[in-house]
Amino acid sequence: MASLIGSYSLFFSLGFSVLILFFSFKNLKNTINFDNKLLSLTFLQLLFIILSFFGLIIAFINSDFSNSTVFNHSHTTKPLFYKISGTWGNHEGSLLLWLLVLTLFIFLFLISSKKQPKKYRVLTLLFQQIIIIGFLIFLIQTSNPFAQIYPVPSEGLGLNPILQDPALAIHPPILYLGYVGSSIIFSSVLAASSTNYISKEWAKHIKQWILISWIFLTLGILLGSIWAYYELGWGGFWFWDPVENVSLMPWLALTTLFHCVLVLEKKLLLTSWVVILSIATFTLSMSGTFLVRSGILNSVHTFANDPERGLYILIFLFTLIFLSLFVFFFFHKTDGQNNTSFFWLSKETSILINNWFMMYFLAVVLIGTIYPIFLDVLTSQKISVGPPFYHKLIIPFLIPFLLAMAIGPKLNWIKSNLQNKSHLLLLFAISLILSFLIIRILEISFLVNTILFTSAFYLFFITLRDFFIKGFKNLAQNIAHFGFSLLILSILFNNFLSSEVITNLKVGETYKSDELTINFEKIEKIKKQNFEAIIGKFNVKSDNELVDILKPELRIYNQPNIVTSEADIKTNLLSDKFMTMNLVQNQEYFNIRYQIKPFMIWIWFSVIIISFGGLFSFFKKKYEN
Amino acid sequence: MGCSAFSKKNMKTKILLPFTIVSFLFIFFILYVGLNRSNIYIPETVTNEKIPTFKVKVFNSEKELTSKEIFENDIYYLLNIWASWCIPCRDEHPYLMELKKNKKLEIVGLNYKDKVKNANNFLNELNNPYTLILSDTDGTIAIEWGAYGVPETFLIYNGKIIKKIIGPMNNNLFKEIERAVK
Amino acid sequence: MKILNLLVIIIFLFNFNVSNAKDRNLNSKITKNLRCLICQGQSIHDSDTEFANSLKLVVEKKITEGMSENEIYEFLKTKYGEWILYDPALNQKTYILWLLPLLLFLIGGAIIFKNLKIKKN
Repeated sequence: MASLIGSYSLFFSLGFSVLILFFSFKNLKNTINFDNKLLSLTFLQLLFIILSFFGLIIAFINSDFSNSTVFNHSHTTKPLFYKISGTWGNHEGSLLLWLLVLTLFIFLFLISSKKQPKKYRVLTLLFQQIIIIGFLIFLIQTSNPFAQIYPVPSEGLGLNPILQDPALAIHPPILYLGYVGSSIIFSSVLAASSTNYISKEWAKHIKQWILISWIFLTLGILLGSIWAYYELGWGGFWFWDPVENVSLMPWLALTTLFHCVLVLEKKLLLTSWVVILSIATFTLSMSGTFLVRSGILNSVHTFANDPERGLYILIFLFTLIFLSLFVFFFFHKTDGQNNTSFFWLSKETSILINNWFMMYFLAVVLIGTIYPIFLDVLTSQKISVGPPFYHKLIIPFLIPFLLAMAIGPKLNWIKSNLQNKSHLLLLFAISLILSFLIIRILEISFLVNTILFTSAFYLFFITLRDFFIKGFKNLAQNIAHFGFSLLILSILFNNFLSSEVITNLKVGETYKSDELTINFEKIEKIKKQNFEAIIGKFNVKSDNELVDILKPELRIYNQPNIVTSEADIKTNLLSDKFMTMNLVQNQEYFNIRYQIKPFMIWIWFSVIIISFGGLFSFFKKKYEN
Repeated sequence: MGCSAFSKKNMKTKILLPFTIVSFLFIFFILYVGLNRSNIYIPETVTNEKIPTFKVKVFNSEKELTSKEIFENDIYYLLNIWASWCIPCRDEHPYLMELKKNKKLEIVGLNYKDKVKNANNFLNELNNPYTLILSDTDGTIAIEWGAYGVPETFLIYNGKIIKKIIGPMNNNLFKEIERAVK
Repeated sequence: MKILNLLVIIIFLFNFNVSNAKDRNLNSKITKNLRCLICQGQSIHDSDTEFANSLKLVVEKKITEGMSENEIYEFLKTKYGEWILYDPALNQKTYILWLLPLLLFLIGGAIIFKNLKIKKN
């Protein structure tokens, strides 16, 4: 029953799209105000998508295996929480989530933009509907979450156990609010370009949407990393895997866009940057969806490997690209009125430099991710592009980038001079000395690391000083930049101070080294709702004092029949202790991996701090309004 | 705004727009073709490559042989990497028994990461096609051959790899080997 | 001239083998750079498939035999192809991969610097 309602709701939504298109065109042509029918229709469309989404959730809760999505991804013994989150943990359900965000955002946009020009609002609605229709047709034709199977199986195939995790349950909704939310920026910029509305007023208005999308995208990426760290058992949080890169690229574009809009809301500058970046963000989101759902790339967590679906998304994506190219080239007026030469030491220039570096980082990630495809198609050779590539090309450039982040915000608009800036040099000297000491103490070689630490510390101290001396002025910016410096410092310290022990142990055996001993005391067997666990108890001693007791698990799930290794992680402010246990084929011993990872939690905290910066900026505007 | 700004825009449109369109069409084409290619990587098999040199223990004994000694005769050899815990190895076993009858071919087995007892049980149950069985308990010999899983099979003649089969043998591959050995 | 200086600095920095992981263990360093053929999305270091475990032993053996890091990579390349290395080699196939981002950076820089005013007005 729920599936039936869900299925019909999709068709109704499509119907509403058609009605909206019709009335939008009508409203554009006539001279009366914004047609409130459009608002009602948009709301009804949203309602039907919500209904459809709930239909799917209910089908999952009831383990309705006549629904092929539920059959493929669920099981009666799955805990309720994961039955619900399983709704969007698969290709079809996640597309329904796409539609939910698309329709929600356009509705929220319409009710919050009542003071904006009519033509602009109608056109934004129109462009967004093009995207919505594309997804509705894609969903109904190739990925229907309500496809039926007959005869009805008595049991489902189950959800992959590594997806049964709280962080992964909320990761897609949060990520999509950012990722898919950038659709509104895309539609809005095309509408604004076509009506010659790229102006300071438009910038002020769209800035809030950029912030919403950005905050959720930042948090969504964070959740994905946290999940990878806690669940995948390798102790890392970023692997430059295509799925990760595909979420990072829109974030880079969106961050750059935000900085350009900060300029645009004050002066009519950087309009081409704003338009292109607005288009690029959503385009990158769509390309990302294409790359990970079509099977074109080999990745740890691709969900659907279906070239037919891939082809549809590819064509849809390029249709949107060509549409935006058309609007840009034929409607966009470059800011020819203003002198576009900036003085070298000014805030405008520092934003340009920011753009320059960010676009470089974006290029590195994009090229690294899709180059293997190009090479394979053109020369039939396969290569891998992994973390070393990204590190070599990005890390050296972080140095000037961090320095520019420290100095840029301090420059004045139009022109700056170098008086009264002695503190800048003083803090630089302190950073340099501190870094030098750290490099010496940790015995790390390489010039690059010293300068890297210096520039990270520099940003850190400058933002900290600005907070204490200037208080709430530019608070949002300070918080975000401070968070970024903390992120780089945490990653650096974590990288240089981490250590690990890998060894094979039987029950009762002990590993001894100069620094610590690990005693494999015993194993326990426990039965849970949908798995059986073998829990190992390990006593870690340092200098004969008990430091930690760690209990990594091996879980044997019933459906699907998979064995997973669950790490035990002990976290505190100073470091994480991370341990995994794995079976060795044909042997009685287990392979144990014990890692000490300092400052891990600061990596998560710093990203949260960065998003707070965005949050502050969002609410600051509310005060001023 | 004078004439210069207008003609600048025209020029931009004339050069930049076609260039952008062509670039995107190129990217579209590449992605379209890329869609239909497999994204799983399987190492290429280079034909007529020399066999690796290595030392290996004979199955269930302390005796060691060198690769030279194993493949010394002027006949065809089939090196089959197998294990008792490997299910596809069971599927391909009948083909190996058939190939055993071929006088021009000798089958050498490489028992991969297995226990002696289990391997013996496997052979007792399904019969033994091997004239010689080697033991690779830690999997390092298989790596010398560029193998990465079980089963994998190599057809060898004159110290060179003539053919490599990744995965279990099927009827077509079996016929190919018979033809190659004639 | 500025661009030339920038280019020199970039090439100079680029040639530093930036190794961020302070691996006391050469084995770890190498196995982190190898891609597992079975799961295809993890490094040999992180993977616990049979193949990965055997390969870790092979690397260990080759290190004790005195092979250098690059020699081990070459050895594995002949067995499994370039795909097994996460750090793409700089050769004819990968010039564009490594140089295109840098080229774009330089072009971007040139466009920006061309439009900047140096003199105070």
